[in-house]
Amino acid sequence: MTDHSHDDHHNHSEGSELSDTALRVRALETLLVEKGYVDPDALDQLIDTYENKVGPRNGAAVIAKAWVDESYRKRLFTNATAAIAELDFVGRQGEHMVAVENTPEVHNMIVCTLCSCYPWPVLGLPPIWYKSPPYRSRVVIDPRGVLADFGVSVPDDIEVRVWDSTAEVRYLVIPERPNGTHGWDEENLAKLVTRNSMIGTGMALNPEGLKS
Amino acid sequence: MNGGQDLGGVMGFGPVIDEQNKPIFHERWEARVLGLTLAMGALGLWNIDKGRYARENRPPNEYQSWRYYRIWFAGLETLIAQYGLLDETANAVSKGLKPLLPNLVQATLARGGPANRVAQAPAKFKVGDHITTKNINPPQHTRLPRYLRGHVGEVVTIHGAHVFPDFFAHDKGENPQWLYTIRFKATDIWGDDKNVNDYIHADLWEPYFV
Repeated sequence: MTDHSHDDHHNHSEGSELSDTALRVRALETLLVEKGYVDPDALDQLIDTYENKVGPRNGAAVIAKAWVDESYRKRLFTNATAAIAELDFVGRQGEHMVAVENTPEVHNMIVCTLCSCYPWPVLGLPPIWYKSPPYRSRVVIDPRGVLADFGVSVPDDIEVRVWDSTAEVRYLVIPERPNGTHGWDEENLAKLVTRNSMIGTGMALNPEGLKS
Repeated sequence: MNGGQDLGGVMGFGPVIDEQNKPIFHERWEARVLGLTLAMGALGLWNIDKGRYARENRPPNEYQSWRYYRIWFAGLETLIAQYGLLDETANAVSKGLKPLLPNLVQATLARGGPANRVAQAPAKFKVGDHITTKNINPPQHTRLPRYLRGHVGEVVTIHGAHVFPDFFAHDKGENPQWLYTIRFKATDIWGDDKNVNDYIHADLWEPYFV
């Protein structure tokens, strides 16, 4: 098939009219179902899974557990895939997990410069900026500038480690536990863990940030 | 391939615009493309590396200006055409294919597609070794980005043997090769004006090393 559509730039939004792309996607779906390649109920279930069931709440549960349970934290850094599977987060795009830890001396950020590799079982599908040229091009050459775009400042003498997901290994950033959370349980700690803090483009919220 | 997908270090795209509370899909067709890509992938005709090549092998101006699911749709169209799935007389029965059924969706996603394999030979490098990446410019699929070619890095992790995408994307078999996490200094990659405390890590296969 050839392609004639040049109108849906990633930074633009479309109007309410069905775009050329939307019409073509619908036509292809109809054909694939008619020819028996795609079961429509399975298709709906695939979409529902990633739209409504799998998301960054999973990763936040992993982080919160690592913050309160030292033996779990150790297992997470020894074999992240197995440790994450303990919470039943497994499968596609999380087959080979590695956890990287933010500390007062080190800040980690994850990217896939070559496509959109992202740890689906713990973070769900990636946000649009993670897959788009501004982030993928710049985070490896100017990570601190990208952090500034997110309103995050990391002192010059702190080590910044960027992890380019060039293979099937998927990374999860373990953000630093915020101050003022002594004695908090996992459920409440998990509320402080944002998606961006697990990518490395943000920090976990502090208790005041949670209130706002 | 030196295509539009190989973005590390390219300039001029402007700032990163965060989206805090946007839905996962900006348009309903994007959700359909995700679902169709997963459902068609489950037929087992092609693999993840072949899928990536189908997406990246197009004019860079298209790749870099399209919304990401638009690229996925184009890749899916390419693969469907390559396998003749929409030919007039073609259908799942004539092709001997079984669609992914609803009762198998969760098990299929949970199984995923592990890429680790039994090694064909001992690893040539150990943690702490310094490697030099090759200067290669293959027109086919590769996972050695341009910005990391011809540079020295340090082995920090050995992941075992993994399916080698440069072969797997082109029907040349899995050809498992040792996979390493390599740590590069930003100043080695980009020059002395970069921060000496910045490092880039990438997962690279042994055939990428001199």
